Amino acid sequence: MGAQTLYDKLWNAHVVRQEADGTALIYIDRHLVHEVTSPQAFEGLKLAGRKLWRTASILAVADHNVPTTGRAQGIADPIARLQVDTLDSNCAEYGVNEFKMNDVRQGIVHVIGPEQGATLPGMTVVCGDSHTSTHGAFAALAFGIGTSEVEHVMATQCLLMKKSKAMLVLVDGALGKGVTAKDIALAVIGKIGTAGGTGYAIEFAGSAIRALSMEGRMTLCNMAIEAGARAGMIAADDTTVDYLKGRLFAPQGELWGKAVAYWNTLHSDDGARFDATIQLDASQIKPQVTWGTSPEMVVAVDGRVPDPATMSDAVKREGAERALLYMGLKANTPITEINIDKVFIGSCTNARIEDMRAAAVVAKGKHVAANVKLAMVVPGSGLVKQQAESEGLDKIFIAAGFEWRDPGCSMCLAMNDDRLSPGERCASTSNRNFEGRQGQGGRTHLVSPEMAAAAAIAGHFVDVSLS
Amino acid sequence: MQKFTLLDGLVVPLDRANVDTDAIIPKQFLKSIKRSGFGPNAFDEWRYLDHGEPGMDNSKRQINPDFVLNQPRYQGAQVLLARENFGCGSSREHAPWALEDYGLRVIIAPSFADIFFNNCFKNGLLPIRLAAEQVDTLFKAVEANVGYKLKVDLEQQTISAPDGTVYKFEVEAFRKHCLLNGLDDIGLTLQHVGEIKAYEAKHQAAQPWL
Repeated sequence: MGAQTLYDKLWNAHVVRQEADGTALIYIDRHLVHEVTSPQAFEGLKLAGRKLWRTASILAVADHNVPTTGRAQGIADPIARLQVDTLDSNCAEYGVNEFKMNDVRQGIVHVIGPEQGATLPGMTVVCGDSHTSTHGAFAALAFGIGTSEVEHVMATQCLLMKKSKAMLVLVDGALGKGVTAKDIALAVIGKIGTAGGTGYAIEFAGSAIRALSMEGRMTLCNMAIEAGARAGMIAADDTTVDYLKGRLFAPQGELWGKAVAYWNTLHSDDGARFDATIQLDASQIKPQVTWGTSPEMVVAVDGRVPDPATMSDAVKREGAERALLYMGLKANTPITEINIDKVFIGSCTNARIEDMRAAAVVAKGKHVAANVKLAMVVPGSGLVKQQAESEGLDKIFIAAGFEWRDPGCSMCLAMNDDRLSPGERCASTSNRNFEGRQGQGGRTHLVSPEMAAAAAIAGHFVDVSLS
Repeated sequence: MQKFTLLDGLVVPLDRANVDTDAIIPKQFLKSIKRSGFGPNAFDEWRYLDHGEPGMDNSKRQINPDFVLNQPRYQGAQVLLARENFGCGSSREHAPWALEDYGLRVIIAPSFADIFFNNCFKNGLLPIRLAAEQVDTLFKAVEANVGYKLKVDLEQQTISAPDGTVYKFEVEAFRKHCLLNGLDDIGLTLQHVGEIKAYEAKHQAAQPWL
């Protein structure tokens, strides 16, 4: 066997059988479950009289619908409450390990998996959520699935799929001041487009990627799906191993050494062949801000809102015109002259401890601008929240006029009460600026935690690489 | 799953790129624990002028007359003609559930997002990729001809237009087989229980920490 990519290694290690047309049965090691995409799967299982194939592979948590304030009173919305109760009762009935809403370990599914060591290198990880690509940061093959597939994994521990093509995104060089993994992600999407990775599994590599913490790597892999790639991944190294040591679900004792020896093989071999390669120079990446209604509609903070009239492709031009209309923006407006109404720091993209720290550094000793109606910080898990509080970050945020909330998906997708009103403009650390994503008529600008905190203080976007 | 074999269906054109699954079925409807009944809320924010919430009587809501699905000539459409990267974003299977419940059976576009594409096949919905120029031609034809229908034959992998043009399309053999016969994936996979168990034992031995 010749030189293999990381993706080849992960794929080959999980093929149970293969059909003549290349459709393979792939074994799944870890199944993460949340309340929104699982009730119909449990119901399907029940109706067919089937059992869970391997209960211990499942870790469940409610995150999409949970309130971020006043949890002691429970969930006010009866429809949301029924959904969370349904998860609780399904988990109880099937004996599934679940972190309930008031458990300190509860949080966003893509934050708690790694935090508990439930995501390990070499694993296949699935969840009925597109941002499952996050877990690829651990040299795992991780991707989002639909509810029919959730049921399929529950019943068979396998998925039917064809191998994707492999794309290498090589980012070399050092990131400048105030430039983060989020900016790399947005710069990549700006370069290849939201469909650029369709049909591919992306491996991120290069010196800039090696230099990222696990939190940064998770942010980057999280957004692989916004580039169209179901899976994003990064080779395992000492950063990966150091992060996992001592975590609840991570191997212990003698098994730890064996596992690490295997994990150290989880990288692309020299000379491995990729179907496509994209290169970026990290030193040229500036803090990014999206201006439209697709993550590919992005510019550097020192840039301007583009002019659709200059776009030659008719579909792109019409898309840009529609986006500017929706966003209430004029072509050629400098990004730093865009005022904001709300700020959201959170989501499976940017709600880990490092994100909290980065935002707090910017907010410390300052105050949210008068034109900002609400600036909220939503930690990714109860444990992130606890850690942040032990470092005094909550006090910094509260003193600066931010709200310090309980963990959940919150205003990333606005299934709970945290949402934008029509026309409101938000600096958000989340992952999607689609129309209506953060509330009907709401206008989302995707940025890093540093950029969001700085925008909260100034009331408009500012270039954090200059401060 | 319902079978898909042959369809002679009215076409509705949705002329915008990057239609995401948030647009196909907004988040407030994802609170349902059922897999049916999403049709009246497909494209909710484009289809209605007022804000929709689960449990509302949709027949009493303000219709957006400008939205293409609301135009009288497209009522009863079963084929959706779309642009590139259709179904991007969230993995929510509620999107194909909503489209299927609305009455659609075929979606034609130059490209689809991977997860959505996959989810369609689990729900008797056939997503078809055609070249961008062919899709362009179809957009012009639909707009120019009231009552424009296309004949979609999965067995033959063809789309026949009223002017006699026949478009060939690709579909993976295994997906085609499942869709033509309305087969349940889980049932098929469980025919391989022995192989799965054998794999599992080997995998556990190699990585006992899993």
